Amino acid sequence: MIFSTAVWRRVVTVSAATLAMSVGSIAQAVTLNGAGASFPKPLYDRYFSEIQTQTGIQVNYEAIGSGGGIRQFIAGTTDFGGTDAPPSEEEIAQMEDGLILIPTAGGAVAVVYNLPGIENLNLSRDVLPKIFSGEISRWNDPALAAANPGVSLPDQPIRVSVRADGSGTTFIFTRHLAALSGNFVATKSPDEWPSAANVQGGRGNSGVAALVQQNEGAVGYVQASYAAENNMQYALLENASGQFVAPIPVANADRALENMEFSTANNRFIPQGLEDPSEGYPIVGVTWLMLKENYEDAEKAEAIQTIVQWILNDGQDINGELQYTRIPGSVAQAAISAVTNGINATASR
Amino acid sequence: MIPSRSPASETLSHPLDLTQPDSKTRWLETAFVLLAWGCALLSAGTLFWIARVVYQDARPAIAEFGLEFLWGREWSSTREVFGALPFVYGTLVTSAIALLLAVPFGLAVAIVTSETILPQWVRSPVAFLIELIAAIPSVIIGLWGIFVLVPFLMPLQRWLHETLGWIPLFGSEPFGPGLLAAGVLLAIMILPTIAAISRDVLLAIPPELRSASRSLGATRWETIVRTLLPAGSAGIIGAIVLALGRALGETMAVTMVIGNAVRISPSLLDSGYTIPAILANQFAEALKPIHIGALMYLALILFGLTLVVNVIAVVLVQWVSRRAIVR
Repeated sequence: MIFSTAVWRRVVTVSAATLAMSVGSIAQAVTLNGAGASFPKPLYDRYFSEIQTQTGIQVNYEAIGSGGGIRQFIAGTTDFGGTDAPPSEEEIAQMEDGLILIPTAGGAVAVVYNLPGIENLNLSRDVLPKIFSGEISRWNDPALAAANPGVSLPDQPIRVSVRADGSGTTFIFTRHLAALSGNFVATKSPDEWPSAANVQGGRGNSGVAALVQQNEGAVGYVQASYAAENNMQYALLENASGQFVAPIPVANADRALENMEFSTANNRFIPQGLEDPSEGYPIVGVTWLMLKENYEDAEKAEAIQTIVQWILNDGQDINGELQYTRIPGSVAQAAISAVTNGINATASR
Repeated sequence: MIPSRSPASETLSHPLDLTQPDSKTRWLETAFVLLAWGCALLSAGTLFWIARVVYQDARPAIAEFGLEFLWGREWSSTREVFGALPFVYGTLVTSAIALLLAVPFGLAVAIVTSETILPQWVRSPVAFLIELIAAIPSVIIGLWGIFVLVPFLMPLQRWLHETLGWIPLFGSEPFGPGLLAAGVLLAIMILPTIAAISRDVLLAIPPELRSASRSLGATRWETIVRTLLPAGSAGIIGAIVLALGRALGETMAVTMVIGNAVRISPSLLDSGYTIPAILANQFAEALKPIHIGALMYLALILFGLTLVVNVIAVVLVQWVSRRAIVR
C-alpha cells in the first residue's frame, strides 16, 4: 500500500511537470487552423511540419474537401481554407472578413488505361471527350487509330472508370473536357456522365486505379503523381498547340503554368486559360489558400503572412519533390506582396 | 476500544425496519431514479435531435421535389434534378443479397458451434474467429473487397453471365464491382452478428427441452429443426434484424465495391449505388442548399427505412413468441 502510494505520487508529479512544460510551449506559439481540399494534403503536411520546426508556428490542416473548406471558411470556424476551385462570387459575398486567394501548388491529372503491350497511347483533342462521353466505345475506332499510327489497337469495348466521390481531381478533369466538348460541365461530383451505360465509379484515386488495373480495356483518370507511383499506363494528350505531352515528369505540367497569365484582381490570383493550356500538359489544376483580409488577432495575421511567405519561397522546392507543380516565380512574388499589404489585424466586428 | 455508541441502544431507539427507509436512502433512491430517467431521456432526445437537424437541412429539397423525390430516377447536381429511387433500390437489393447469404451461413455456424457435433477444441476457435470478423474496420474490409474479393468473384460472375445471361438477373456483362459484389461483402460483414447472437440464443435454451425431444425419439436433425430453432426463433429474428440494420447503413465498404453508378438495373452484375454511399461520396463537396437538401432527404428516407424494418421486426418477434406460447 505504501509502495503503491509512492509510485502514484511520483506519476502525478511527473505528469504535472510534463503538462506544465507543454502548456508553456503552447502559450508561446501561435496555432492556425485550416481545412479544405484533400488534393494538396500530403504537400501541406510537409509544409506545416517544416514551418513548425523553423518558425514555431503550429498549423493544423484537415482534408475535408474543397466544398467543406469553403463552407467552414464562410462560417469563420477556420483561420484559412484550402480549395481546388476558386469560390463563386455568391460564396465570396458571404465571406464577411474578405478573401485573398493565393495559389500554392498545381498538379496534373493523368488519363490511365489498361491495354497490355500498348505504351504511350496518343489521345487527340477530338478523341478524349468522345471516349468519356461514350461516342467512341471500342479501342479500334478509326479516330483513335489515326493518332496512333503503327499501333495495333484491340477490338475491345472501352470501359470508363471515374471518381465517385466529389473531388478536385474530377473538377480539373471535367473542366478540361468542358473546354473541348459541349457535352461536359466542369463539376466536382461526377454524378452525371454522358456515357452512363458503361461508366463505373471508384472511391478515391485508389478506387479508380483498381477498376482500371483489374479490367483489360478500361480507361480512367487519377492524379498524375498517383499514376507515377503505381506504374500505371498513361496516355499522351494533345494540347491546344497540337503537341502530344505526357503527364510525367512534373516539369511538363510546370510548363503549362509558366505560360499562363494570372489575373490578380481583388488579390485573387487566378490563372487564365487553365482549362486548356497551349503549352505543356493540358490537364492541370491549381490549388489555393483562402485567407481573410481582416484577422481579429494581430498574432494570427502575422503568422498567416509568415507561412505564406515561407510556402511561396522555400516551400516551392518541396512541390517538385512530391510531384506537384510550382507556382511561377513572378506570380509567387506578387502574391507575397498582396498578403503583406492586404491583411489587416483590425477587429472587424 | 470503547464504541462511541452502543449498538444495543441504537436498536432500542431506532428499531430496524426494512419497510421504512431513512431519509438518506430515500434521497439516494430518488437521485438514482432521476439519473436513470435523465439518461433515458437524453438517449431518446439525441435521436430526435438528429432527426430534427436532418429534417431542417432537407427542407429545401422537400419543398422543391415533395414526394416525387421518392420515385425520381435522375440525380444530377449540375442540373439540380434529384431523385431517390436508384439509391433506395441499391440499398434494398444489396441488403437482400446479404441476408439471403448470411442467414443460412450464420445459422449453420450457430448450430455447429452450439451443438456437440464437433469436439470443443474445434467449436470454440471457430466461434471466436467468426466473431472476430465483426472487429475488422469497414475500410479494411472494403480494401480487401476491391483487391481480393472482386477479382475472386470475377470468374463466377463471368460464368453466371455466360450460362444464365438470358435471365435478366445476370443480363449485363460483369465489370467486377457491382450489386452482387457489394451484397457478398455485406454478407461477410453481417455474418458474425447473426452467428454470435443465434449461438447465444441456442445455448440459452434449457437442456431439458433438448433431452425431452431426444427421449421422445427425435433424431438430432429433428431436434434442431423442430425444437431448438422454433424455441429460439424470437432471438434469432432479433439477430437478423440487427444484421439487416448494419447492412442498410454500411457505408465505406459498400462504396468501395458497388461501382457507384446512378442506375436501376435488373442485373445483379451491374453496378449501382446505395443511400449511405452517395452521402459519403457527395456530402463533402456539396455546396448548394438544394444539393445538401437532397442528400439530407435521402438520409431521412434511410431513417424511415430502418424504422420500418425495426417495426416489422418487433411485430414479428411478438407474433412468433405469442405463437410459441399458444402452442
